[in-house]
Order: sequence, then structure tokens, then C-alpha cells
Amino acid sequence: MDRLRVATVWLGGCSGCHMSFLDLDEFLIDLAQKVEIVFSPVIDVKEYPENVDLVLVEGAVCNEDHLEVARRLRERTNVVVSFGDCAVTGNVTAMRNPLCSADCVLKRAYLETADVNPQIPREPGIVPPLLDRVMPLHEVIPVDCYLPGCPPPADRIKALLMQLLTTGSARLVGAQIKFG
Amino acid sequence: MAAKTLTIDGQMVSAEEQQTVLEAARDAGIRIPTLCHQEGVMAIGACRLCLVEVAGITKLLPACVTKVQEGMDVKTNTERLQKYRRMILELLFAERNHVCAVCVSNGNCELQSLAMEHGMDHVRYDYRCPKCGVDLTHRLFGADDNRCVLCGRCMRVCWYIEGAGTKNVSGRGVNSSIINDLHQPWGAAESCTSCGKCVLSCPTGALFYQGATVGEMTRDRSKLEFIVTAREKKQWIA
Repeated sequence: MDRLRVATVWLGGCSGCHMSFLDLDEFLIDLAQKVEIVFSPVIDVKEYPENVDLVLVEGAVCNEDHLEVARRLRERTNVVVSFGDCAVTGNVTAMRNPLCSADCVLKRAYLETADVNPQIPREPGIVPPLLDRVMPLHEVIPVDCYLPGCPPPADRIKALLMQLLTTGSARLVGAQIKFG
Repeated sequence: MAAKTLTIDGQMVSAEEQQTVLEAARDAGIRIPTLCHQEGVMAIGACRLCLVEVAGITKLLPACVTKVQEGMDVKTNTERLQKYRRMILELLFAERNHVCAVCVSNGNCELQSLAMEHGMDHVRYDYRCPKCGVDLTHRLFGADDNRCVLCGRCMRVCWYIEGAGTKNVSGRGVNSSIINDLHQPWGAAESCTSCGKCVLSCPTGALFYQGATVGEMTRDRSKLEFIVTAREKKQWIA
């Protein structure tokens, strides 16, 4: 049997969800029999490939690059999972939303509070411009499954993956959908 | 006192005539979810989570302020009710900034628990992301409007158990907020006796003890019930 083509993507988050994924420990060995990781921050592939069966997306949508990546992965993937609170709700990443626009957040972070060399990073084509409003993933593209948690504990990730691998769809309930 | 007989979720239940549907259900071991309900102070039917279906009435009725009636046929957990309850919870999450991961009440929050119970794995509505204040002017307590669900429990315990009347609601609709005295910083509110009943009653992380950090807020709400039972029934039941 062909292994399932699985990707993981890191948008606006702290990578804690990916750390939690690595916390799957020896289950990763079982998983490797069933899935092939075709794109992820932990492997060296630059371009998001075609015909991906399943993707775990960590992080909220915060900048132009995230928007582009989200749209591309939706086009090329069968099942999209919002992976962790930032992807599901915006979470800590979206805490700038009530404050002000992208420009004024950048001004606050890089000019007003800078001790030395105050400047806003601007490198067109390299540093993607921030969006004025941080969004959860499902506000940008249709999402198939939600995996809340900050980060989702490894057993929760395992529960969702097992459901997806055995039935092709998944829905967590009860303590498995606790935010935070 | 006359007894009333009614049916709740197909179960025959006997209740006292002054009881509400919520009280009758709880006495019969049937759980109806609530958020603004606080034992010991009057019910106000604000949060709508306790809505139930009553046969013959097309409107949904809040169980906390609906009195029992003879022959009433109540359903507490139909698909329609589950749908509305989840919708209410999602709207509450979308209305303010509930960031569970960094909240003082993470793991001890009634809103968070209700969301789990009702299968809320995401919020379908756009988050409003309002700009809310945090009041740390009180010597002992803090207030974070980001986490407030406007259940009014703090206000009711302040008025009806403590009798201080410090907490009030200002504004209308989405612009409502909990204020102290004449919309002053909490620390400057002269009527506040610093009794802490409001903090005990708060279902979320909106009211907390100074110095509490993520997940540290736990509250013993039975203390409020204890005071009310002692006062009204002269029974000192711990």
C-alpha cells in the first residue's frame, strides 16, 4: 500500500505545535510506516508539492506570505487540519488585533521600544508585509479538521491522526478540544 | 407548599410550585448548562445557555427564570438546543478577547469547559477583537474586560450578598461593560469593601487575585452558597 503523503506547515506560531508533534516519540516510527512526510519545517523541501493527502497547519495567518502559502496548500491538499490554537483561533498571535494596524504595531515594536538602531525591517520580496488583522486559518481557506490546544498535547495529535488514518475524517470531542 | 408534577426529558419529576425548571431538573439529577446562573442570587436569564423546549410553546424558554407548571413537558438537550448553545458559546468567544493559553483561569474556566462540553472545536464567526481595558488599581484584585462575558454574577453578589453595590453595568449591547461606582478605577471605588465575593463568582478570568498568572486562578464558589444558606436558613452547612 502506498504511504499517505503528509505535510506540516508553520505559519504565524511559535513552533510549539511542531515540538508537540515530535513529542509523539515512538509513535513517529509507527507513523513512518503509514505516511511519508513530503513537506515540513523539519525536512529540507522548499516548494509545497502537489497531491498532498493531509496537512497539519500550525499558526495564524499574519502576513502576505502566510496568505499565499495557505491558498496554495488548500489547492494541493485533500485534508487540511488547523493545528493548534493559533491556527484555530488566532490565539496569542492575534493579540495585536485590538491594538492597531500593522504599521503602528511595527512602529511600536521596532522604533518606540528599540534601544539601539531603531528601524522597521523592510525588504521587498524577502520580508513579507504584515496583514492589518491576524486571522485564524478557516477565515482564509476552508478547513476540514480542528486540533485545538496550546500546544495540542501529543496524545491529542495521535488521536486525530489515528482517526484520519483509519476513517479518512476526524472530529475530536470533550477534553480533546480544550483551548489553551 | 403545593407540588407540581412535570416531565423533564421523559422523566416524571415532582417539584415545589415556586421552583424553576432549572431547580427541578437539578433536583432530579438532570444537568442543564448555565453560565450566568449563580446559586444564592436572583436569576436573570442573561446568557441563554439554559434555554429549554417546552411542549406547546414555540419559543425556547430560559430554565433559570421559568417556573414549573403542572403537566409541563420539558426537553433539555435536543439537537436544536445543542445547536443554539454552541452558537451562543461561539458568539461569546467572538465578542471579547478570550485567549485561553495566557488566561489566569485556563483549566478552571466555566466558559472554556462549556465550549468543550458543547463540541466547540472552532468559532465560525469573525472575532471582533475589541480594545478592552485591564484595571489593576485595586489593592487585592484585578479586572480584565477582555475575558468578561457580562453574565452579571459579580454585580449580583456585590449588591445582593455583600450589599455594597460597587459593581454595575454601563452601556448598551455590545458596548456594555462592568464598572465600579461611578465608572471609576476599582481602587478608587469607595463603596467596595474588598470582600472578594465578585472574584469568587466570576466564571472566567475577568476577575482575579492580584499576582495570579496563567492557569493559577481557582475559586471556591461554595463559600457564596454557604453565606446565603447561613443567612436565609440559619444553617451553617460547610
